Amino acid sequence: MTQAAVDVLGVAREQVLERGEGLNQQQVLEVLQLPDDRLEDLLALAHDVRMKWCGPEVEVEGIISLKTGGCPEDCHFCSQSGLFASPVRSAWLDVPSLVEAAKQTAKTGATEFCIVAAVRGPDERLLAQVAAGIEAIRNEVDIQIACSLGMLDQDQVDRLKAMGVHRYNHNLETSESYFPNVVTTHTWEERWNTLEMVREAGMEVCCGGILGMGETLEQRAEFAANLAELNPHEVPLNFLNPRPGTPFGDLEVLPAADALRAVAAFRLAMPRTMLRFAGGREITLGDLGAKQGILGGINAVIVGNYLTTLGRPAESDLELLDDLQMPIKALNATL
Amino acid sequence: MTHELPAPVSAGKFNVYTGVAADAADGAVVPTTAQLGLEPPRFCADCGRRMVVQVRPDGWWAKCSRHGVVDSKDLDPRR
Repeated sequence: MTQAAVDVLGVAREQVLERGEGLNQQQVLEVLQLPDDRLEDLLALAHDVRMKWCGPEVEVEGIISLKTGGCPEDCHFCSQSGLFASPVRSAWLDVPSLVEAAKQTAKTGATEFCIVAAVRGPDERLLAQVAAGIEAIRNEVDIQIACSLGMLDQDQVDRLKAMGVHRYNHNLETSESYFPNVVTTHTWEERWNTLEMVREAGMEVCCGGILGMGETLEQRAEFAANLAELNPHEVPLNFLNPRPGTPFGDLEVLPAADALRAVAAFRLAMPRTMLRFAGGREITLGDLGAKQGILGGINAVIVGNYLTTLGRPAESDLELLDDLQMPIKALNATL
Repeated sequence: MTHELPAPVSAGKFNVYTGVAADAADGAVVPTTAQLGLEPPRFCADCGRRMVVQVRPDGWWAKCSRHGVVDSKDLDPRR
């Protein structure tokens, strides 16, 4: 055991667990550099932090792709970019199918349903579809609605707020310094500006990213610090699931230990934020890793399938939460 | 009564995950994510065309412009 390893966990215990102050970028880096034989201690500390500052509840969410494929942006991880030779074809979901998806999500006990579109930003047609979909869902399903529709202008932010969108997702995806290696058709600052507008409008900010896209540990620590500065209500943590035909299609899946270290490190950077297990966890962590993550700082999950890929059956996650005696967050409750 | 699966997933002429002809050298290669049950079919098993696929929280459907639609509800009651 190195002295640094002893020190950063000791510091974290006093700083984060006792005082509720997140680790800074350098401290997060030290956590990410901890050896495997310290992983168990790290996860236990992250779990203690989560339990102290967030409580035992877990927020469960389902997501749906309203508009799939054909995106003009070049996010190198994404199979929905129209610029890559991906097997994913364009598709639009009709409103009855959207309502049915919300119903299926609510049946799992989920309190959050996120409507997602693969776009740079919403056009009038998409906003009209979202408005019609939200109204129809509200008439039939008791669930909170979030949206993820790309970059917004102020008018679009205001319209989504007026529609009753309670949370808006827009991921920064990676650290500011690594972002140009991931996306070249828009900037990190453009994403940040959307998030600021969302917050100022009074919607909850959901912002995370994808780990394992070739970033260094230093850049992973920078990303945690970027997110801590943004202070979103929720951080979804995805792990790269290399998609055929994309520029990142040949990258290796992140080793499970690295993924778990990152989960714990992000928790220690953001002790009060909702930290959600999102895409890629199945291939990165498997069933055992899901349990370790939920006992290592995670306090929210996406259940069921993702946008273009499949996930664990919702029942598997719900059974796990039951086994761990972690209650599902009730509708309208605050963490 | 025998329940026949729709051609887009049952014809066996093309790999539904890669679109490679089944009789090609790598026609039977199934990506790891598909082996883990994390992929819907992307290509029609009858003609190899890319299908329009819609994933939903509890399942998916896939549509070949020539050979019709297949829904996961018809294949696996869990999805």
